[in-house]
Amino acid sequence: MNEMENILVVNNLQTTFKTDAGDIRAVDGVSFTVPKGKTIGIVGESGSGKSITSLTILRLLASNGRVNGGEVLFKGKDLLKLPEKAMREIRGNQISMIFQEPMTSLNPVYTVGQQIGETIQIHKKVGKKEAIQQSIEMLKLVGIPSPEKRVKQYPHELSGGMRQRVMIAMALACDPEILIADEPTTALDVTIQAQILELIKDLQNRLGMSVIMITHDLGVVAETCDYVAVMYAGQVVEYSDVRSLFKNPKHPYTLGLLNSLPRHDIEQEKLIPIKGMVPSPHEMPVGCRFAPRCPVATELCHNKMPQLLNTNDSNAEQIRCWMFSDEWDGDSEVTLYGEKRTIKG
Amino acid sequence: MSTQTEKSPVIGKKSSPRSEAFKTFMKRLLKNKAAVIGGLVILFIILVGIIGPFLSKTDPNAQDILNKLQPPSKDHWFGTDNFGRDIFTRIVFGTKLTLKVGFLSVLIGGVVGIVLGIVSGYYGGIIDTLIMRVMDVLLAFPGILLALAIVSVLGGSLTNVIIAVGIFSVPAFARIVRGSTLQVKKLEYIDAVRALGASDGRIIFKHILPNIMSPIIVQATMRIATAILTASGLAFLGLGAQPPEPEWGAMLSDGRAYMHNASHMVMFPGMMIVIVVLAFNIFGDGLRDALDPKMKQ
Repeated sequence: MNEMENILVVNNLQTTFKTDAGDIRAVDGVSFTVPKGKTIGIVGESGSGKSITSLTILRLLASNGRVNGGEVLFKGKDLLKLPEKAMREIRGNQISMIFQEPMTSLNPVYTVGQQIGETIQIHKKVGKKEAIQQSIEMLKLVGIPSPEKRVKQYPHELSGGMRQRVMIAMALACDPEILIADEPTTALDVTIQAQILELIKDLQNRLGMSVIMITHDLGVVAETCDYVAVMYAGQVVEYSDVRSLFKNPKHPYTLGLLNSLPRHDIEQEKLIPIKGMVPSPHEMPVGCRFAPRCPVATELCHNKMPQLLNTNDSNAEQIRCWMFSDEWDGDSEVTLYGEKRTIKG
Repeated sequence: MSTQTEKSPVIGKKSSPRSEAFKTFMKRLLKNKAAVIGGLVILFIILVGIIGPFLSKTDPNAQDILNKLQPPSKDHWFGTDNFGRDIFTRIVFGTKLTLKVGFLSVLIGGVVGIVLGIVSGYYGGIIDTLIMRVMDVLLAFPGILLALAIVSVLGGSLTNVIIAVGIFSVPAFARIVRGSTLQVKKLEYIDAVRALGASDGRIIFKHILPNIMSPIIVQATMRIATAILTASGLAFLGLGAQPPEPEWGAMLSDGRAYMHNASHMVMFPGMMIVIVVLAFNIFGDGLRDALDPKMKQ
């Protein structure tokens, strides 16, 4: 992959939160790249650190959150080192974000037009009238019918799907290069979900932006993403392109996730859930964080943390599992969720 | 049936949702009879305060020693005081002073309190601790004692009373605003505008402040009553408005010596204070119920 094509490179990101019960490492050494014009999905259960990763990229952490290390290179600039003012100019202008709850993501006291217009006015030197005019254009872009009327309406007059469209219009008003979508469809009806995903995809093609899709829904990933980073307990455990992830999942956790989902392309007798629970952030295992739930974990897994390894020559596919390293001390053939696997080496 | 169709939003309908929200607020307020009466009394008092002095033909400070301590009569509706001044005229002129103290001190206390409260709630941490501990110190004093202390430092005059009562209203505003700010700043739309590049100032004044106006309005109405009461108390103690200003508290104080043979001298100013304070309190209660039904206990 050509370095120049990567608009965003996240390197070994570490975020901790100070709490009364001690520090929590919410994000621990997360790395991934976002190629220009592509969609990368970040999947994981709640608490896996996927949202915190996106908030860290935009430096929107709550006051008890701190970035302990790593870098976020946006077009070569490290966002973590920028002064707050420069960061404000990037937010909404070059990197935008939409949130999960369209019902509460809009300010109830302003009209839709005022809110889209505000984003435009923050970043561009335009008058109020011009901003409202552009808001109407944006509403048209996101497929809201009769935008001239909608622009004067308040959020409570719109349905959830409409509000999410408005949020997208706000986020895209300044033509950003990256859109971070934090569970953009979780709170919506299934039929509306498909529409919103379709809209994001369509806008991405038209505007040529990159998208970071944060979701817990592998269906959304399959539908929208080019690359996927699977997160577990604050770490990326598998990174690959979407096709090979679904076709040939490598990490036991990814496999477990896929097995707990109903699929139409393969025969399944029944869904197999992953046993156990995500470890508490206060008591992270010393070894592999998935080891306590992993059906094939060995001594090595429990005692030593695996690193993110390239599975082939390029870094297009990375995995954090001892099974794929030369140090693997288990059997050379294992059964994972009813599936026989031969381990290399 | 018709009410149901009214509620569902129709595209292109004339009335804006804001005016619709105002309508439901008015509906709720008008249902509350006590609040309506309180509001009407306040309106009447304000009218008296503004146009009363122009209608009155007598000077509130004109003395008529021959007719001193007259009981209420056709010529002197509320009687005369120990200098023969017409108590009714003095009360009408005093209305303006009372309202001035009430509104101005709440304005001062409100502006300072809102800024401190919002900064405290929004930034949190050390700033919050610092501001709120100072507020706690101010709150630890019984209200009138604090105002008394401030006035005795600044000197007794109406302006200083306004400042003193203003300062003493600050913590109440700061507290309530801080609480509301803490609630609102957690909402997703605040995160959303921040993610779109809004600065702290814009978030505070454009997005948080308009969303916490209801408790502020309610608090302001209630505080006017407290401010009037405190100012009258200070004047009664001789620390507020100076003679011969027709301040109600001062009039009450003047009448104290004649209470037994000319009770009207204390009765009327006292009654006025009670009526005005009660009106603001009842109206404030009604506002709270109408603006924020969840706060109703």
